[in-house]
Amino acid sequence: MSFVLVQVIVGGLLLGAVYALFSSGLTLVWGMMNIVNFAHGDFVMLGMYVAYVVYTLMGGGPILGAPLATLVLATVGVVVYFALIRDIMKGPMLAQILGTFGLALLLRYSVFWWFGANFLSMPPNIVGGTYAFAGLRIEASRLLAGVVALLVTFGLHLLLTRTSLGSKMLAVAEDQTAAQLMGIRPDTMQAIAWAIAAGATGLAGALIANFFYIVPTVGETLGIVAFVTVSLGGFGSVPGALVAGLLIGVIESLSGYLIGAVYKDIVVYVLFLFFLWFRPQGLMGKM
Amino acid sequence: MRRLIWLLVVAAVAIAYPLLLSSPFQQRLGALVLLYAIAASAWNIVGGYAGQVSVGHVVFFGCGAYAAMGSYAKFGLSPLLGIPGGIVLAVGLAAIIGVPTLRLSGHYFSMATIAVAETVRLIVTNTEWLGAAVGLSGPTVPRNIFDLSFLSSLPYYYLFLVVLVITLLITWWMANSRMGFYLRAIKDSERAARSLGAPASRTKLYAYMLSAALTSVAGALYAMMFGFVDPESGLGILISVKILIMAALGGAGLLFGPLVGAAILVPLEEISNSWLGGKGAGLTFVVYGAIIVLIARFQPGGLLSLFTGRSKSKIDTSKTDTSKTDTSKTDTSKTDTGAGHAP
Repeated sequence: MSFVLVQVIVGGLLLGAVYALFSSGLTLVWGMMNIVNFAHGDFVMLGMYVAYVVYTLMGGGPILGAPLATLVLATVGVVVYFALIRDIMKGPMLAQILGTFGLALLLRYSVFWWFGANFLSMPPNIVGGTYAFAGLRIEASRLLAGVVALLVTFGLHLLLTRTSLGSKMLAVAEDQTAAQLMGIRPDTMQAIAWAIAAGATGLAGALIANFFYIVPTVGETLGIVAFVTVSLGGFGSVPGALVAGLLIGVIESLSGYLIGAVYKDIVVYVLFLFFLWFRPQGLMGKM
Repeated sequence: MRRLIWLLVVAAVAIAYPLLLSSPFQQRLGALVLLYAIAASAWNIVGGYAGQVSVGHVVFFGCGAYAAMGSYAKFGLSPLLGIPGGIVLAVGLAAIIGVPTLRLSGHYFSMATIAVAETVRLIVTNTEWLGAAVGLSGPTVPRNIFDLSFLSSLPYYYLFLVVLVITLLITWWMANSRMGFYLRAIKDSERAARSLGAPASRTKLYAYMLSAALTSVAGALYAMMFGFVDPESGLGILISVKILIMAALGGAGLLFGPLVGAAILVPLEEISNSWLGGKGAGLTFVVYGAIIVLIARFQPGGLLSLFTGRSKSKIDTSKTDTSKTDTSKTDTSKTDTGAGHAP
């Protein structure tokens, strides 16, 4: 294998870790409440803009921007849950799809209206320069994003499987009535799930803002990436999302390198359709 | 009887509108309302009656638009001759997409249709023969009447009115035929409909194909009126969204729902665009988004359901009761399957 190919794969893995991070938020609410958030990609977009505003107004880098974006988006998640999701969850399918889709439009075009359609970007050296080892050149911002995303996704998995909060959330996902009889409030647990899911998108957005193009419509592409990741990894599975996210990152950057940059989205969409059509349970999911 | 009077009033208003309000802006507005009403009524067949929320209908819209412009730009023929080609293309594509995709339920179907639409848009954007990102143009100067290129919006208005009436008649006929009953049964509960012998897959596919054909006609008419099509105006996801919102705002699954939705949203968009200029483009979709969220939250049946609900309140109370028990049943079945996975 040539060095360039290794370089491309490493880049794909680092980006894939971020995909895994925001997709695990989608898979969490999907598995727990059986509701699909069509605005998920736009949450990531909001996270990117929060990081951008933090930089332009306060000159703060990701050390300030990332926690703030996480916090802001977690708040957005809770507000969205209580104002919208709680009610449309019980409604007909059309209402569920329309509700989150409308939210996506509302967020996307509010940002569009405020910031305009221009491509924004952070200064290239906001995190640090480019590291070189063993012939590979890795930008510090991508390395930071990949490593932090990987750690947080793993932490999310531990939170869901090893803590009492995680068990309570799982109980609500399994059987609301039974959980309620055990003294668990489904409402609180679901609100927490939305806070975690949206917070993860905020962090992911702040991390990729350092090297991605920042534009209001970026949420559409990222939303589809999240859908692909979740359908590949199995609905409701965080480890599945992690593996699938890394895989998609690699597939995307490989196809971008081998076939051409404009076709990398097509490859991802076709992969998505393929999985929906022929293996809707994902690579290893069971929900 | 009251229905008939209402129908006559609506028809009279529709015919008289461009003669009474005859400024070019008003006539154009009327034509656009009718055009979007055609597209939204076509969507209504599969999205409203069959309950399969397609967010990728713009693919069929694009089939019609590209066929109409292509027949001029590539073969020098009248755009009108592209319409049958567009219909064939849309129906064929609907069959190819529909067979695997209609098996998916609920959200999964919607997501798959988005992915299909975006894939097609990206492919067309990168295809030189279809004009890539620039798109295809129609005749700049009409050669004869069959080019359907008019300066005034008046001829378009009456053309669209005729097509809309045909679309509504087809929808009405379908809703009252065996197929309509099957579709409503499938929408309420696909499993129950199948167990009673309704051919669910085939009926959904037919509805999807019919809807695709009518949507492609709307796309062709759109391209003829504007004289060009490009990937954004012919295949952009926002067209799907507009169509869907209009149907949902008026009332998905109701015959006149899409028309009501279009009559509210198209003027809203045009007026906000002309008042706010370039800045308005973003704001229009902010308003759209807010409207959809509000409908989903407070009136998922659409505006027209307010009236139909009142006129037959007796039947409705029994209906809502059964629907309530239905949802509780599906809830328990969901949790059952969830528990089934537990060891």
